[in-house]
Amino acid sequence: MDYINAKFVSQKISKTRWRPVSSSSLQQPDIFATGSWDNEENKLSLWSVGELGLSSMEEDMEGDPQLLCDIRHKGDVLDLSFLDQERIVTASSTGAVTIFRHHPNSQTLSVSQLWDRAHHYPCDSAPCTGVVCNSPEIVTVGEDGRIILFRVDHKSILRTIENADSSTIHAVTFLRTTEVLTVNSIGQLKLWDFRQQGNDPVQILYLTGDRVPLHSVDRHPNQQHIVATGGQDGMLCIWDVRHGSIPFSLMEAHSAEMWEVHFHPSNPDHLFTCSEDGSLLHWESCTNSDAPSFLQGGRNASVISRGGVPQAIGNQSLTSSWLSGDSSKGHLETTHMLPSQTLSVNSLDVLGQCLVCGTDGEAIYVNRHVPV
Amino acid sequence: ERKCDFYSSHFSCICQDRSLLVATQLIPGIDSSQRHLGFVWGPGDLLAYETQYKPTGAQHAAQSCPFVHVVRKDEDIYSPILRKLFNESHHIFVGLQNMKDDVPSKNKKHQYVTHVSKNYRSVIRACMEELQRTASDIIPRWFECMFIRQVSILLAVELIWNLCEVLFIEAAPAGSLLLHLLDWVRLHKADVDEKAQEVLQSECPAEHQAYWDVTVCYILQGRIDEARQILLKQASQQPAARVTFKLMDSLLMKMPIYNPGGTQTLTEFDVKWRRWHQECDRCLQDNSFASHPHLELICKILVGDEDTLLEQREHLSTWYHFLVTRLLYCHPTVKPTELHYYAQASMDMFLDGRSAPEPLDSILLAAFEFDIHQVIKDCSIALNNWWFVAHLTDLLDHCKLLQSHNLHFGSNLREFLLLEYASGLFTHHSLWQLAVDYFDHCPEFGRVYLELQIERVPLDTERKALKVLRICEQRQMAEQVRSICKIMAKKALRNNRLGSALSWSIRAKDAAFATLISERFLQDYCTHGTFSDLDLIDNLGSAMLLSDRLTFLGKYREFHKLYAEKQFAEAARLLLSLMTAKIAPRSFWMTLLTDALPLLEQKQVIFSADQTYELMHCLEELTTGKVAPETELSMQDNIEATKIELLRLALARNLALAIVKEGTLEA
Repeated sequence: MDYINAKFVSQKISKTRWRPVSSSSLQQPDIFATGSWDNEENKLSLWSVGELGLSSMEEDMEGDPQLLCDIRHKGDVLDLSFLDQERIVTASSTGAVTIFRHHPNSQTLSVSQLWDRAHHYPCDSAPCTGVVCNSPEIVTVGEDGRIILFRVDHKSILRTIENADSSTIHAVTFLRTTEVLTVNSIGQLKLWDFRQQGNDPVQILYLTGDRVPLHSVDRHPNQQHIVATGGQDGMLCIWDVRHGSIPFSLMEAHSAEMWEVHFHPSNPDHLFTCSEDGSLLHWESCTNSDAPSFLQGGRNASVISRGGVPQAIGNQSLTSSWLSGDSSKGHLETTHMLPSQTLSVNSLDVLGQCLVCGTDGEAIYVNRHVPV
Repeated sequence: ERKCDFYSSHFSCICQDRSLLVATQLIPGIDSSQRHLGFVWGPGDLLAYETQYKPTGAQHAAQSCPFVHVVRKDEDIYSPILRKLFNESHHIFVGLQNMKDDVPSKNKKHQYVTHVSKNYRSVIRACMEELQRTASDIIPRWFECMFIRQVSILLAVELIWNLCEVLFIEAAPAGSLLLHLLDWVRLHKADVDEKAQEVLQSECPAEHQAYWDVTVCYILQGRIDEARQILLKQASQQPAARVTFKLMDSLLMKMPIYNPGGTQTLTEFDVKWRRWHQECDRCLQDNSFASHPHLELICKILVGDEDTLLEQREHLSTWYHFLVTRLLYCHPTVKPTELHYYAQASMDMFLDGRSAPEPLDSILLAAFEFDIHQVIKDCSIALNNWWFVAHLTDLLDHCKLLQSHNLHFGSNLREFLLLEYASGLFTHHSLWQLAVDYFDHCPEFGRVYLELQIERVPLDTERKALKVLRICEQRQMAEQVRSICKIMAKKALRNNRLGSALSWSIRAKDAAFATLISERFLQDYCTHGTFSDLDLIDNLGSAMLLSDRLTFLGKYREFHKLYAEKQFAEAARLLLSLMTAKIAPRSFWMTLLTDALPLLEQKQVIFSADQTYELMHCLEELTTGKVAPETELSMQDNIEATKIELLRLALARNLALAIVKEGTLEA
C-alpha cells in the first residue's frame, strides 16, 4: 500500500490497460490507456508514468501519471485492448468497435479503423461488452449474443457467430490461436473454435444449480487449460477445461461483482481480482506444498474444494499450484492492495511489477512495486 | 418540434447585499418585458419557456423564442476540476461516518475529527492549486474568469472552514486560541513569504525597496524569529545604529510566547507579558527609537497602538488580520467568549464606513460570535453550491455541536443540507454514484430520496443496470429491484432477446413476465419446430419453479432431450405427467398429444395400458369441450380432425399391443 499512487481524473474509469513491452527487454511498462464511462463525453486516454513524462517532474511527482493525450470516444468504453505498441481496440456501448492509433511523435490519437454498429439488434445497436486481440485477429462479444471475428486492415467482418449466446456475453479471452472462451450472464463458460462451422460451442462449462452471472475470464499464461473466472457474487472460480464441465475450485473473494480477474503474465502463481465492492485483491498461490504454515492473510479467503473432481495427474512437478488437488495442502495468500474505499474498482491490469486500476471514484491507482 | 435544449450558463456571485436573497438570472434571447415566462421544476435544473400570453397594449407580438431553456441551479458540479473535490471529499465523508465503530475514547475521537477537518481542507487547497495552474494555461478569457471566480470562492471556503475548525472543532482555550488564530492568518496571507523570498534573494536585501514591508508584515503576523533575522541584515549595514537595533532585537527576543504544552500557567504568562509590554512602552516613551522611524513604527506595533495598526491597512489588508494582530499585541490571553466583542470592534474600526461589509465579513463575524447556525445560513445563501455547508455541517454535527437545533421542516439541519447536496449530485449524469452514500447517512429521509432518484437513472447498458441493481439489492429495495429488472427485461424483449429477457425476469422473480416470455418461447417452437436459446432453457434449474408456464417450458424441453437421447419410456412418462398434473396449458395439449404419436408408433410398446387410458382420457377431455362444427369445416379444422382420427387409431393400436404385452408378461 505504500507505493500506491492515486490520481483523480474527473471521469469514471471503466478500463485500464498497460501498453505491452517487448518481451525481450526487462523494461517495466510506462504507458497505459484508460477508457471512461457514463460521462456526457467519454474519452480514451493515454498516460505515462515513466521518467520520460511530459514535464520535468519533481521528486515527489515521480510516478504520478501524466496525461499524454486523449480522444473523444462515442459511447462508454466497455473494454479496450492493445493490438500492438501503437494501436488500441475499444468496445463501445454503441456497438462500435474502433481501432485507435497513437502517434508518439505528435502525442495524438486518431481513429484508424471503425466498425460501426458491429453489435446490434434488429432495429437498434447493442453494446459491445468485450474485446480481445491476438494480432492480426480481433474478437468481440456483445449484449446481442454475437461473437465477431475481425482482422486488422480488413474492412469486412471475417466471421460472425450469430446467437452464440441467448443471454449477454460479458467477457472473452483467447484460449489458443483459434479458440476463444466466453462467459455469460447465466453463469456459463463456453469454448468456441473458429475452425468449426456452425453456431455451437465446443464445450459448455457451468456450475450446476447456480446461474450466477460470470463477468470476467482469464487464462493461465503457461498452462492454457487453467482458466479463472469471476462472478456476480464475487466468487473466484478456477476451471480445468480439459476435464469435466464444473469448476475445479471456488473461492470466496469479494462481496459483489468481480469485474476483472488477471493472472500475472510472467509469474502466474499470482492472480489479481477487482470488484464492485471497491477492493482489489492480490492472490498468491504457493507451489511449495511442503511449507507447514497455512497462511491466509487479509480476509476470509475460505477455500472450498469441489468434491468429485479426482484428477490423477502423473507428473506432480508439472501440476500448477492452482490445481494442486487437495486445497488444504497448497496455500493461498490474499492481500488487499488498495486503501479502504467504497466505490467500484472497474478494471485492473498488471505487467511486470506494475499494476494500474481505475475506479468509479474517478481515480487511477498505480503501484509500481507489486511484490511478485 | 421546434423545441431545442439550450444550456444557459449560470453566473453565480456572492451576493453583495446580505438582505438580497434573490439571485437574478437573465436568459439570453428572451425579452421579459414583452413576453411572459413559464417554467417547470426539474430535479436539479429548471425548464423555462416563453408563453403564448400577449401583454395588453402590445401592438405587435415580438418574435417568439422557439427554445426551451434549461437553467442549471448548480453549475459547479459540471466543472471538471471541482469534480475531484467531490470525489475526494466523498471518501473522507464516508470515513467519518464509519468513525463511531472504530474510535472508542472521546479524546481519540476528537483527534480524529480534527484530522478529518484538516483532510477536507487539504483537498480544497489541492483543488485550488490545480485551478490556479489550469487558469494560467487556458486561452479563452471567459474561461479564465470562470476559473478565477472558482478560485476565489474556494479561497473563501477554505478561510471559513479553517476558522470554524479553530473555533468550534479544536475549541482552543484562552492562550492557545491566539496561537491558532495566528496560524490561520499566516496561512491565508501567504504573499509575505513570496515577497520575503524576493527580498532575501536580491543582491542586497537591506537595500531592497520591499525590505521594510516584509519586516513589518512579519511583525504584524507575529513571526518574531523571522523578523529578527531579517532585521540583522539591516543592522550589519548600519553600524552607526547598532545600539538601536540591538535594543529592538532584545525587545523582540524577550517577547513572551505562550506555550500550551509547558508548565507555565496562563496567569504567569500574563504577568510576564505585561512586564514586557511595559518595557516596550518605556522604550517608546523615552524615544529610544526616535532616530529610526522604521524601528519606532515596529515598537508602536509591539505596544499595540491602534492608530499605528490602522495605518498599516495596506499590509493587513483585512479586518480579521487587524483583529488578530491587535489581539496579539493587546490581549494575548483572550478568551473565546470575549472574541466577538473584539471582532465587531475591529471590523468597525477597520472598515470605518469606507465599504459595506461583504457576505464573507458577516460570515466570519458570525463565526467569531460562535453562532454556528448563522454561519451555515449565510454560507448557504452566499455560495452557489451545497458542497461546503453540507460537509461542514456534518462535521460539526459529529462534534455534537448542532444537537439543540431543529428545523420546522425535514428532520434536522445536517440531514437537510446533505439531502440537498446529494440531490444535486444525482442530477449529474456521472456523479450520481457518489450521492448514494450521502443518502445512506441521512437516517430519516435518505432512503425515500434514494428510492425516488435511483429509478430515474437511465440504464444504457447492462453493466450500468447491474451497478444500479447492486445499489438497490444491498439496501433491500425490492420495489426498485423489480422495476429495474422489468425495464431490462422489456428492453430485451423489444430487441427479440428472449433469453436475456427471461434471465432478467428470473432475477426479479417476476412470475407474470416470465410467463409471458415462456409463451413467446412456446409460440416460437410451434411456428419453427425448434427451440431457441437452448443454453438457457436447458439450465433453468430451480428457477424453473418461478411460474407454471416456465416450469412447463423447462419440462417440455426435458421431454425433447429425453426423446433425442432415445429414452422413450422416460420421455413418455414425462409427457403424460405434463398433462395429468395440469402443468401444460390446455391450449398446448394437442401439440403434446401429437408429440406422443411417434412414441405410439414405435415398434416396442412404450406407453403401458394404464398410460394409454390416461392419454385417451386427455384426448377426450380436449375434444368433448368443443362443440363440433356442423357446417363449413375450415382447412384448419380439417387438419385437426384428421389429427384426432390418427391419434385415436394410434392409441387404440397401442392399447391392444400393451394389453397383449402386459398379459404375456404376467403369464
